Amino acid sequence: MKKKFKCEIDCANCAAKVEEAVKKLDGVNDAKVNFVMQKFTLDADEEKFDEILKLAIETGKKIEPDFSVEL
Amino acid sequence: MDKKLKKELLKILAGVVIFFVLLAAEKTGVCPALFGNRLLSFLVYLIPYFISGYPVVKKAILGIRNRQPMDESLLMTIATVGAFVTGESSEAVAVMVFYQVGEWFQKYAVGQSRKNIASLMDIVPEEANVEREDGTVETVDPDDVEIGDVLVIKAGDRIPVDGEVLSGESLINTAALTGESVPRSVRTGDMVISGCINGEGLLRVKALKVFEDSTVSKILELVENASEKKSKTENFITRFARVYTPIVVYAAIALAVIPSIITGDPATWFYRACTFLVVSCPCALVISIPLAFFGGIGAASANGVLIKGSNYLELLSGVDTIVSDKTGTLTEGNFKVSEIICEEGISRTELLRLAALSEGLSGHPIAKSIREELASQVPDYEINTNLVTDTENVSGQGIICKVSDRKVFIGNDKLMEANGIGFSEVKDPSATISYVAAEENDGVRYLGAILIKDQVKEEAANAISDMKKAGVRKVVMLTGDRKTVGEAVGRDLGVDQVYSELLPQDKVSKVEELLDDLGQRNVREGEAALAFIGDGINDAPVLARADVGIAMGSIGSDAAIEAADVVIMDDDLRRIPTTIGIARKTMMIAKQNIAFALVVKSVVLVLGALGIANMWAAVFGDVGVSVLCILNSMRLLAEKKTI
Repeated sequence: MKKKFKCEIDCANCAAKVEEAVKKLDGVNDAKVNFVMQKFTLDADEEKFDEILKLAIETGKKIEPDFSVEL
Repeated sequence: MDKKLKKELLKILAGVVIFFVLLAAEKTGVCPALFGNRLLSFLVYLIPYFISGYPVVKKAILGIRNRQPMDESLLMTIATVGAFVTGESSEAVAVMVFYQVGEWFQKYAVGQSRKNIASLMDIVPEEANVEREDGTVETVDPDDVEIGDVLVIKAGDRIPVDGEVLSGESLINTAALTGESVPRSVRTGDMVISGCINGEGLLRVKALKVFEDSTVSKILELVENASEKKSKTENFITRFARVYTPIVVYAAIALAVIPSIITGDPATWFYRACTFLVVSCPCALVISIPLAFFGGIGAASANGVLIKGSNYLELLSGVDTIVSDKTGTLTEGNFKVSEIICEEGISRTELLRLAALSEGLSGHPIAKSIREELASQVPDYEINTNLVTDTENVSGQGIICKVSDRKVFIGNDKLMEANGIGFSEVKDPSATISYVAAEENDGVRYLGAILIKDQVKEEAANAISDMKKAGVRKVVMLTGDRKTVGEAVGRDLGVDQVYSELLPQDKVSKVEELLDDLGQRNVREGEAALAFIGDGINDAPVLARADVGIAMGSIGSDAAIEAADVVIMDDDLRRIPTTIGIARKTMMIAKQNIAFALVVKSVVLVLGALGIANMWAAVFGDVGVSVLCILNSMRLLAEKKTI
């Protein structure tokens, strides 16, 4: 399942870092953090989507405290 | 400006003010007790340092903890800590404060361009009014509209999903989608596209697609994803920054350590190393290049042209050969009677009537155009097909039949010759000519000729000459049409080469030939590109094969939007040279930024290492250059509509 969210991310470099980290998470097929459009796209397993989403946001916050996702 | 950005600005400005007060106090020597003591002055300077620079230090520490330490926050933290250590407290604060000013400006600039583009793409419908079976109207989110729902669209409303008009008549404004300012008139049975604004009348529309599949969603997605397809220039900068940052860090360490050992003056060299670090920060490039491409894509979409990625913008800037389909792209794609030549004593309507009867109700474009012409000249005339008997289709020649028992011949010159009919040949290579002859008392008499043409688009010739002016070397036209027609149209339009009588698969191989040709002539890859323009309906494979596939007039056609790299939302060919111009300008700005940043930075780097440039120069080399590059990139967004 693929879903798009509005997000807040401060710089292009930060977006790339968060993207890298989220991609490595279990159950994540693909992830994108688009700095210019401030969009976070998560493509993850359907059954555990909400769980993975939560984990992804946490992971992102750990790397970039300014990263936040509008649910 | 949002709240967060405002808060940040306040903090930074507070830092700047405190810093300048302290600096003035130190330089004028009003408080020798404070600034005479190194530790004390260090502590006071820490106040503005942390007020504005706290997030940077935090990020640097976080980076180290997450094992992704190499970024600009770390560079700045090391440099400023280094400056503090060498006793240059004021300079340390200056670096941090101005770095933050630059960072803030970047965020502001990006936010501003995002807003700009969002308003260009201000096409998202907020709500939909669904008419329920009992006649009540309910306002729902466009997402909740189902296929088959009946939507009520009032004057001034945005059409929420793609659909078909059930009743009502109106003018709809498609400007937000197509850039076309003339409203389109729609009536019962017409398709309407989501995102357009209903002008005056009330429309009832049947939803044919859900919101997610509607044109608006497709377009938004396309524009949003465009910044993800990176151009070579952007990729180069990203790779460059990845290699470059560690290199300067090591170079700075070397600069701090090696000469110190040799000269025994660690403080000086440590300070120089810090200067080196400050100026080396690659952010001017990292942010301003994507911003330039983003601006270019935005400027194009303001002109009704969607570009699916920065890479296509880059390719368009170097377009060398443009290959275009003829029918429907350079021409209107509908056939029209352009001229009727009658023999003496024969009226135009008489000739048309005979022709229309003989052609019957055939769906062939020639027959259709004759019927249309007749209808426009004699509005009430009804074609009575019962009058026509013994119709014989002579393949490749025309039709022989009987109209009210009178034998009629209609077809090309071959039909006339084959039946020994004396006719006066009409010479017009761009037209399809139907000669008409009929039985008279003493044999067959030639009555006249009907010339049928596919109208060339009004703006086509201008558009092609503008493409040439924009630097396109060669314009090639491909057509399935006959050679004489193809060449005549080609000559009228000023294209350089015409390939005619092509089957759809031939078009792909012609494009491949032309690509090979480019490949052989061109030394450096990516310098010269081939673009194909088509209507996107049956040339999807060619669109895909070309370096840049441009689909025209394809709004509402998902297949075309899918297959093409660049979508011209309306039918106007002049948008192509405009877009090439935007692409060129984008590349020029990107190159200016790269050159400017690299030159200033390398000069300051060398001067800093030699001890000529101090940290103030380094701050300019970093923040000043960033701000100038960003301003340069933002010029693209100021680009106004040209058509």
